[in-house]
Amino acid sequence: MSAADNIATILSSGARLTVPLAFAACGEYVAQRAGTLNISVEAMMLGAAFGSIAVASATGSATIGLAAGALVGVAVAFVHGNLSHRVQINTFVVGLVLNALVLGLTSYLITVSTFTGHQVWQVSVPVLRDIPIVGPMLFVQRWPVYLLLAVIPLTWWLVQRSRWGLELRAVGENPQAADVSGIHVNLRRRQALLWCGLLAGLGGAYLAVGEVGSFNQNMTAGRGYLVIAAVIFGAWRLGRTLVGCAVFGLADAMRLALPALGVTMNSQLLIAAPYLLALLAMLVFATAHREPRALAQPFQRGTT
Amino acid sequence: MAASTVAAPPAGPSGPDATGRRLLRRLNPGVGGWQVAAATAATVAVALALSALLIAVTGGSPTASAKAMYQGSMASPAAWSTSLLYVAPLLLVAVGACVSARSGFFNIGQEGQVLIGALFGAWAGLRLALPGPLLVVSVLAAALVGAGAWAGLSALMYRFRGVNVVVSTMLMTFLAQQLVSFAVNTPWLLQESRLGRGTLSPQSNPLPEGARIDSLGEYPNLQINGGLVLAIVVAVVFSLALARTRWGFRLTMTGLSPAAARHAGVRVGALGGMALAISGGLAGLAGALLLASPVGTNRLQPGMSLNIGWDGLLVALVARNNPLLAVPVAVLFGVLRAGGSFLAATGVPPFLVDVVKALLVLAFVAPPVVIGMLRKRRRAGEPATTTPATDPAVSKQDAMEGSLA
Repeated sequence: MSAADNIATILSSGARLTVPLAFAACGEYVAQRAGTLNISVEAMMLGAAFGSIAVASATGSATIGLAAGALVGVAVAFVHGNLSHRVQINTFVVGLVLNALVLGLTSYLITVSTFTGHQVWQVSVPVLRDIPIVGPMLFVQRWPVYLLLAVIPLTWWLVQRSRWGLELRAVGENPQAADVSGIHVNLRRRQALLWCGLLAGLGGAYLAVGEVGSFNQNMTAGRGYLVIAAVIFGAWRLGRTLVGCAVFGLADAMRLALPALGVTMNSQLLIAAPYLLALLAMLVFATAHREPRALAQPFQRGTT
Repeated sequence: MAASTVAAPPAGPSGPDATGRRLLRRLNPGVGGWQVAAATAATVAVALALSALLIAVTGGSPTASAKAMYQGSMASPAAWSTSLLYVAPLLLVAVGACVSARSGFFNIGQEGQVLIGALFGAWAGLRLALPGPLLVVSVLAAALVGAGAWAGLSALMYRFRGVNVVVSTMLMTFLAQQLVSFAVNTPWLLQESRLGRGTLSPQSNPLPEGARIDSLGEYPNLQINGGLVLAIVVAVVFSLALARTRWGFRLTMTGLSPAAARHAGVRVGALGGMALAISGGLAGLAGALLLASPVGTNRLQPGMSLNIGWDGLLVALVARNNPLLAVPVAVLFGVLRAGGSFLAATGVPPFLVDVVKALLVLAFVAPPVVIGMLRKRRRAGEPATTTPATDPAVSKQDAMEGSLA
């Protein structure tokens, strides 16, 4: 294989590995802008991956499976939102418990049931796919990738241009002021979480019915945590968050590709690279001054 | 602290009555004890029923599973010995989690800190040639200091660059996993030495006999490992320190209101950083136990943390950040663990126990908060009953529950 082929292979596998992260990151971005440091995104993705394969196997349609996966994500978000923004249990506690619950549940259910493999169809644009290097990356992908291209601007518009998004950002920055001006703070946060669940669900479902075609125990393997890191890496801007996802996806692709190319590189370092990058980014850019001021702080009327 | 394995005065006479009463009050600030107990009993019943339903739906027998779990964890002294082995590391992690959560510097990186503790402990145990008891002590001390410093990094990142503690401790868990994997894959670090022509596994050499923590004798077949005594001593010490010392008061004040603590002259960053380092160090001690007591494999391995870090965190949550209360909760979790591995031997997937555990945590955590909320809402509905002066205090208490529960 020529060098160009190698680069094309790495790029296109990097793009495929970025997609689930990017879906979930669009959701996590919204949740964090609203002030919820949502660590149950791992549970949302994993549950959705399982749900999508289960439903796809039952109905025979990978697309219905994808939709079902998104709904599983919403269900997890619903539970999280109610426990942490209605009952007001510490949001990290809720996230940890949900992660443990979903990991245990899916691992248990997959051992007592059998599913057939399903994958959504692939789109291959005739002429454009022959463009050297970037052609396969951009124009030979499964269709949810093109859904992602619609989700990104929609998310941006929702947060930056809609009235709902304005209120959402107010809730994330200064919930007391938002409350005084008549915004239902915890309701907005729950809504943001639902959006997060929908997109994290799509990301997880894409992983199962798009990328792999089946479900393995703990198949998200920490990708949810990577998504949280990506939002922080991106300093709570959508564009930079997606760049962070691409960096992480590419690092993942390199880890898989380099041994095959005969390049010996420390595999532990490559696995750790995304997390290390996120930490370094937080250190160097001192992102604390850009984070939503009320991030991870519960809101209760009359506490200040 | 590490030296207390040798001389082991068990948790004894320290004003049990007064502490006990205070404990009960601390348990549910501003919330009726009986109501909470009843609600908890109900939610626990629901959680167990859900678990049984899950087993039944997937074609298993709930009663047989429950019986197997009982047999593996509580039926005989031998089963109890296994359960108690798990209790020690869980309790150590939980006590650390209590300290950091009380200070408001919420540490969720215990899983990684356990591994780092094991890494340092393995290094000390395999590379230091010390006689007898000194070697055990050095393993424990290395684990304590190493993991404490690892968690302290998060504190430094917060102090100097304002990096969110929850996020940094979480991300560092993944770094710790890779660090341990690197150490056991690298011959000049800790990979096992080659014997003959066999291939090398990603693990360290077994810890020498002299570096292991022994059982403290057999009481009709019930083995009590030295690690358990160490963990209980640590729990009692920190419980007293949190409840009775100036340090504990400042720590709790910092957690409740950093601004108020700062006004009162507390150096919040230093205090919280120390709480983080303590919590990491105790998780590291748990890692050393996994290495040196029969609960683990006596070798450093990438997967050796066995989710003890995550589970210990859950123990602290259920115990509502109270180190003494963490003792019975850790016993419960140890029993679940021992029963779970026995259940797995009968063919039921072991992951089922994780589900039961998570449901139980929710069942224990939710009721006090819900009841507190309902009461507050009722009060808010009839404004004449509360004077304005007492109202902020009440909501402050509930806020404390919300943020620390």
